[in-house]
Amino acid sequence: MNYVPDFSIVTDNWIVLLRGLLVTIEIWIPSILIGLAGGFLLAQARLARSGWLRGVSLVYVELFRDTPVLIQLIWFFYAFPILVGLQLSPYAAALLALVLNTSAYASEIFRGGIRSIHRGQMEGALAIGMSRAQAMRRVILPQVVKRMLPAFTNRTIEVAKMSSLASVISVHELMYQGRLLSSTYYRPFEILTAVAFIYFVLIYPGTFLAGRLEKHLARSN
Amino acid sequence: MTAHPILDVRGLHKRFGDHHVLKGIDFTVEPGERVAIIGGSGSGKSTFLRCLNFMEVLSEGEIRLDGTRIGLERKGTVTYPEKQLCQVRERLGMVFQQFNLFPHMSVLDNVMEGLVTVKGLPKPEARRIAEAELAKVGLTDKHSAWPGRLSGGQQQRVAIARALSMQPEILLFDEPTSSLDPELVGEVLRVIKQLAEEKRTMLLVTHELGFAYHFATKVIFLADGVFHEVGTPDEVLKTPSKPRTQDFLRRFGEFAF
Ligand SMILES: Nc1ncnc2c1ncn2[C@@H]1O[C@H](COP(=O)(O)OP(=O)(O)OP(=O)(O)O)[C@@H](O)[C@H]1O
Ligand SMILES: [Mg+2]
Repeated sequence: MNYVPDFSIVTDNWIVLLRGLLVTIEIWIPSILIGLAGGFLLAQARLARSGWLRGVSLVYVELFRDTPVLIQLIWFFYAFPILVGLQLSPYAAALLALVLNTSAYASEIFRGGIRSIHRGQMEGALAIGMSRAQAMRRVILPQVVKRMLPAFTNRTIEVAKMSSLASVISVHELMYQGRLLSSTYYRPFEILTAVAFIYFVLIYPGTFLAGRLEKHLARSN
Repeated sequence: MTAHPILDVRGLHKRFGDHHVLKGIDFTVEPGERVAIIGGSGSGKSTFLRCLNFMEVLSEGEIRLDGTRIGLERKGTVTYPEKQLCQVRERLGMVFQQFNLFPHMSVLDNVMEGLVTVKGLPKPEARRIAEAELAKVGLTDKHSAWPGRLSGGQQQRVAIARALSMQPEILLFDEPTSSLDPELVGEVLRVIKQLAEEKRTMLLVTHELGFAYHFATKVIFLADGVFHEVGTPDEVLKTPSKPRTQDFLRRFGEFAF
């Protein structure tokens, strides 16, 4: 191999990559936070008494789980505006798609978690006079979160990686900037390696902290 | 003049789909009464207790607590506003066969939880009450333990302390010793006996007939969805008048020595 890597191309353009990283974070964090809230509501609907609510929630979840994320992103950018007569910015379309997608997955995690907490826990809470909402907040959810933490961590990582797909609808996130730089300077090796490394540095601390948190929560077992 | 009943149940029916479990129960409890409920497995003892604090919705009938009807009747249909049910459950403490302690909270936090979240007491005051209740059930040294690390008997005593912390007017026990190893039954029954000595109003579903005999002021034999025989412990447990009750007790005593 006679190729001599030259990483100065990366350091010279660090500001471009940084800008991309910031946009990646701007997609990632809201997608997770709003997606978790949406997933919680969807899970409630899925466990509701009303058959109508259960049905809507089920159809929603299956639609998002059983189609590729890539098509979801592109659909919300190109097709959705035709449906509602309102053009979305690439960022808004990507955020919308990822929020809805995350909601679908998070709802399954919540649903599994809530169902796995023994019925006696809800009853124990109600029996001392708690409302359902209080029981959910004080008794059920803390146990769900603990039990489901690995699944939530996984999802968080998935979404960070999925956000790179937003480059196809020209969201100026990290992947987009990386591809732009590499085609401008014909230095794909240095630039794509650097981009992969940045993703790793972004995601790994989260995985690490989640592992620590899991251990901390497991102390009551 | 008779004291007016603290609990008054009229025409209680409970169905699960087509399964008619409770078939018209009328029942009153006076303050200070201790009622033991016995009956075969699946006869509806738990369902009856659970109807009293509305863990199950009644199919028919009404329940009055201290003279006040629970639920709102409008045009023939009864609704049960959550707020009212919460207040009712605060006044009726319940102890479950499986304890149902909150595994993610320490023993002390389990007992403080209702005081803080439901009654809205400041933490120091809640802690003071919780400590007193735990002392009462003999668990002063376990405040910071996780429930999962305790024996079944200790867990059930924490559950009793948790119920007591809310200062309920009536205590409902659903087979509190049935899931315990035999050598742990005594420590829980001793706590219940102590509550009896304090003249608390209690309902106890149990298979411990010996304990029921000493504990209760009234014994009920539940069969076929009705109160088949009701009377003093002597009447029901020693000289039952109905063949069905006699049969049940005979089968129970089969392996006694
Ligand atoms: N949520 C429910 N849905 C359907 N059927 C139920 C439900 N809860 C109880 N049942 C049925 O109602 C009947 C009475 O049950 P219950 O638990 O009250 O009996 P029990 O007298 O407490 O029995 P055990 O001594 O075994 O605890 C049983 O046939 C049971 O299968
Ligand atoms: Mg039972």
